[in-house]
Amino acid sequence: MATALVDGPDALTGGKDSPTPEAVVVRFAGDSGDGMQLTGGQFTLSTALAGNDLSTFPDFPAEIRAPQGTLFGVSAFQINFGSTEIETAGDQPDVLVAMNPAALKTNVTALKTGGLIIADTGEFNKRNLEKAKYEVNPLEDGSLEKWQLLAFDISALTLEAVKPFGLGNKEALRCKNMWTLGLALWMFDRDRQPLIDWLNGKFKKAPLLAEANIAALNAGHAYGETAELSGPLKQYHIAPVESAPGLYRTVTGAESISYGLVAGAQLASLPMFFGGYPITPASSILHNLAKLKEFGVTTFQAEDEIAAIASAIGASYAGHLGVTSSSGPGIALKGEAMGLAVMTELPLVIVNSQRGGPSTGLPTKTEQSDLYQAVYGRNGDAPIPVIAARSPSDAFDCAIEACRIAVQYMTPVILLTDGYIANAAEPWKVPDPASYTPFPVTFLEERNGPNGELLPFARDEKGARPWIKPGTPGLMHRIGGIEKNPGTGNIDYSPASHQSMTDARKAKVDGIARSIPAQEVTLGENTGKLALVGWGSTFGPIHQAVRRARKNGLDVSHIHIRHIWPLPENLGDLLRGYDKIIVPEMNTGQLKTVLRDQYLVDAKPLNKTSGQPFTIAEIEAAIEAALA
Amino acid sequence: MNDLTPIKTTIKDWETDQEVRWCPGCGDYAILKAVQRTLPDLGADPANTVFVSGIGCSSRFPYYVESYGFHTIHGRAPAFATGIKLANPDLDVWLVTGDGDGMSIGGNHTMHVIRRNVNLQILLFNNEIYGLTKGQYSPTSRLGTNSPTSPLGSVDRPASPCAFALGAGGRFIARAYDVSKELPNVLKAAHAHQGAAFVEIFQNCIVYNKDVFADFTEKANANTGQLWLQNGAPMLFNKGTQGIALDVAALNLKVVDVVDGDWQAAGVIVHDVTNRAVAHMLVEMPFGPFPMALGVIYDDPRPTYESAVLDQDAKARAGRSNDLAGLLAKGQTWTVTA
Repeated sequence: MATALVDGPDALTGGKDSPTPEAVVVRFAGDSGDGMQLTGGQFTLSTALAGNDLSTFPDFPAEIRAPQGTLFGVSAFQINFGSTEIETAGDQPDVLVAMNPAALKTNVTALKTGGLIIADTGEFNKRNLEKAKYEVNPLEDGSLEKWQLLAFDISALTLEAVKPFGLGNKEALRCKNMWTLGLALWMFDRDRQPLIDWLNGKFKKAPLLAEANIAALNAGHAYGETAELSGPLKQYHIAPVESAPGLYRTVTGAESISYGLVAGAQLASLPMFFGGYPITPASSILHNLAKLKEFGVTTFQAEDEIAAIASAIGASYAGHLGVTSSSGPGIALKGEAMGLAVMTELPLVIVNSQRGGPSTGLPTKTEQSDLYQAVYGRNGDAPIPVIAARSPSDAFDCAIEACRIAVQYMTPVILLTDGYIANAAEPWKVPDPASYTPFPVTFLEERNGPNGELLPFARDEKGARPWIKPGTPGLMHRIGGIEKNPGTGNIDYSPASHQSMTDARKAKVDGIARSIPAQEVTLGENTGKLALVGWGSTFGPIHQAVRRARKNGLDVSHIHIRHIWPLPENLGDLLRGYDKIIVPEMNTGQLKTVLRDQYLVDAKPLNKTSGQPFTIAEIEAAIEAALA
Repeated sequence: MNDLTPIKTTIKDWETDQEVRWCPGCGDYAILKAVQRTLPDLGADPANTVFVSGIGCSSRFPYYVESYGFHTIHGRAPAFATGIKLANPDLDVWLVTGDGDGMSIGGNHTMHVIRRNVNLQILLFNNEIYGLTKGQYSPTSRLGTNSPTSPLGSVDRPASPCAFALGAGGRFIARAYDVSKELPNVLKAAHAHQGAAFVEIFQNCIVYNKDVFADFTEKANANTGQLWLQNGAPMLFNKGTQGIALDVAALNLKVVDVVDGDWQAAGVIVHDVTNRAVAHMLVEMPFGPFPMALGVIYDDPRPTYESAVLDQDAKARAGRSNDLAGLLAKGQTWTVTA
């Protein structure tokens, strides 16, 4: 219920009698050196500790340190939080914290009419205004009239607050983000103590910096208390969301995928080998796993993307659960090796944290345009199962499912996530690993042929071949990328052999459909006028748009697909029960093509490729147009 | 390569039932036999031995050795082998590659497997030509090589595999040729070396690049063309009448005549396999003015990559629990009560 909060333009910023909002969207925007991601992250934590549901959207430039004050150097962090279920980072912010003119310029148009701008006048000097391509100071020319403006010199107030600590000017100004955070904590009635503890921990070796930052935080908080007496600033209390009882934490997609892979390997009773090569936004999975060696994880930073997957396949061959991860350009490089994993029928998990493409594209922005690549993107008939995560917490289960399919079917599996899921945080009811059904692997130990011979490509009822570790006495055999004889696996180019093996590889992957849950309707009826069919991180906006449309009496359902390949067995029949089908995707219509191809249904695309997630309103408008 | 008890095998135990599909007369046959003859002498266990290859004529090798074998993709065998060794360091891994596979498409991986010092043997069959794709010039082809893709002669300068391997940080560099009687001894030395052992084997492609090494491999040319290096022995060739000495002024090697066997008087250097500076000169020594340096050129082990990884993993794991539930519940959490 991202934007349920405001019925009129001034619910948040209006008089003291405004209703207690259900949800609020706050965006912190500043220079990439201003620490906005850190501010957002800490605000997220305090929000979670306050018991609100939340969803975040970090949006930062690809440049590590873009030139200060420039429009392309703006880094933003948006958080949507409330006392009700939150599934998107929010369509439009209610509050924009703009630390400089560039941050104001690039973000203010997103702000809800009547929303609150908090701006640091200390940064609105001639030089910064020029860099942001403002001819006159927007804080003074009336151009921000449709919003509430709270402009004051945060820079000076911060310097004043940290004066007793004798920091240099540059270092002192670095405390600005903590001052701002203090104000934000006051605005939403948050406890400062966890943050103070965190600062003390972070600056353990520099207690002076800890004290300065805490002083700035307290000063920002105190400013709020004083300023409340007059002006647009007031304090809000967002009630905790009603959640199922249990232990909670916040989690990002990169974290939950890492944990899910660890859980998957444990459930398979295997050590895990992770071969990776740094690439945005996938690197954080490698970072996380490198710290989890005690869970039987070996991480290997390879010389390139190809070596990353090749080493993982080598490790799988030797009896580990091989995992590799990348983003689109790196996945493209891995294509040939994926084919080898298909051909040699070795388990492997390939995680793709999608970003805007093609080529280098938009490294730090999200997109879901690698579906074709995942489903179709290899030479030859090379079927690979594909699973897509819908949110940070869902990614945990998806990673486990990817591991299960890989080892039970002796196949590479692609797990699709995206930059949004990887970086976004949400509250997570900490799962109990013991509640998952284990799927322990057994390696072949003895010759399996009817006459005592070894048949490395004999198949079980699932169509899977045995997993044979080198080092096992008496089971020496050779595998490779050349077509092979069914059964013995010896080189065999004969027409009958290639036909038989191609069929067997396809039948095996198709058969995975029998091991996955039937497709359910996520929200709404099993038949009707309109179904919105989505996958991946568009879950939140689609779900909320459908919910709202249904509240308004529209006949629309939401179907969210986790298993992209093979698709659930009942999906075709289900889709045929609707008059119209719309497939919202952050690409030019990729799942749409697959659905049309598989079921001959008239699935209509709804596409967005701006590097930004869908807003609820965009999808709502499409629903209304379709049912008009 | 590993501490396992030696296994008694014969050459027959290392032969598969698969028909060998190289051209009749190909140098690969001789290399295959040399390897199959060497493995019993090493006490190697077929169940614990893995041959890993890329793509090319040489990369068919694993299919013909009765052990575990993985015929992978073009140029990437070193990366597969690295994954295998990290997953199970006890496996005895032989990497078979060629001049196209290892020096061209897979040059990057060859560099890194050597740089990391993964404990395995790399056999690079160098025939200075692309055989399986029908005779195009390769990164080791000499200037002016006529081929379907260089009908007027190749104009790019060849790479030297041993110089490349040494430059990549190699700790074991050796050279031999397909039909040489010394090949098994070189293979044994490579196997004994802990770490990435790089062996360049000159191989005669009788179809596309016939006799390209005849200037030193032919019997008539062996005396003048081959310098067999032995640790602790003077660098003598041509029946002891010539040797390699240091040209101090030019900071390089030179050929000197040895009179009456008095190599000391001629200033001939004694081969020290741990002398890296001399190794650099030996691998760069141009054939023609000099003989071809063969045998173990350099052998100075350093701790292996996988032992370093394993040590670090063991330290990171020591005294720490693998309780996943504990990990998930770490950090700042809150409890919602009913």
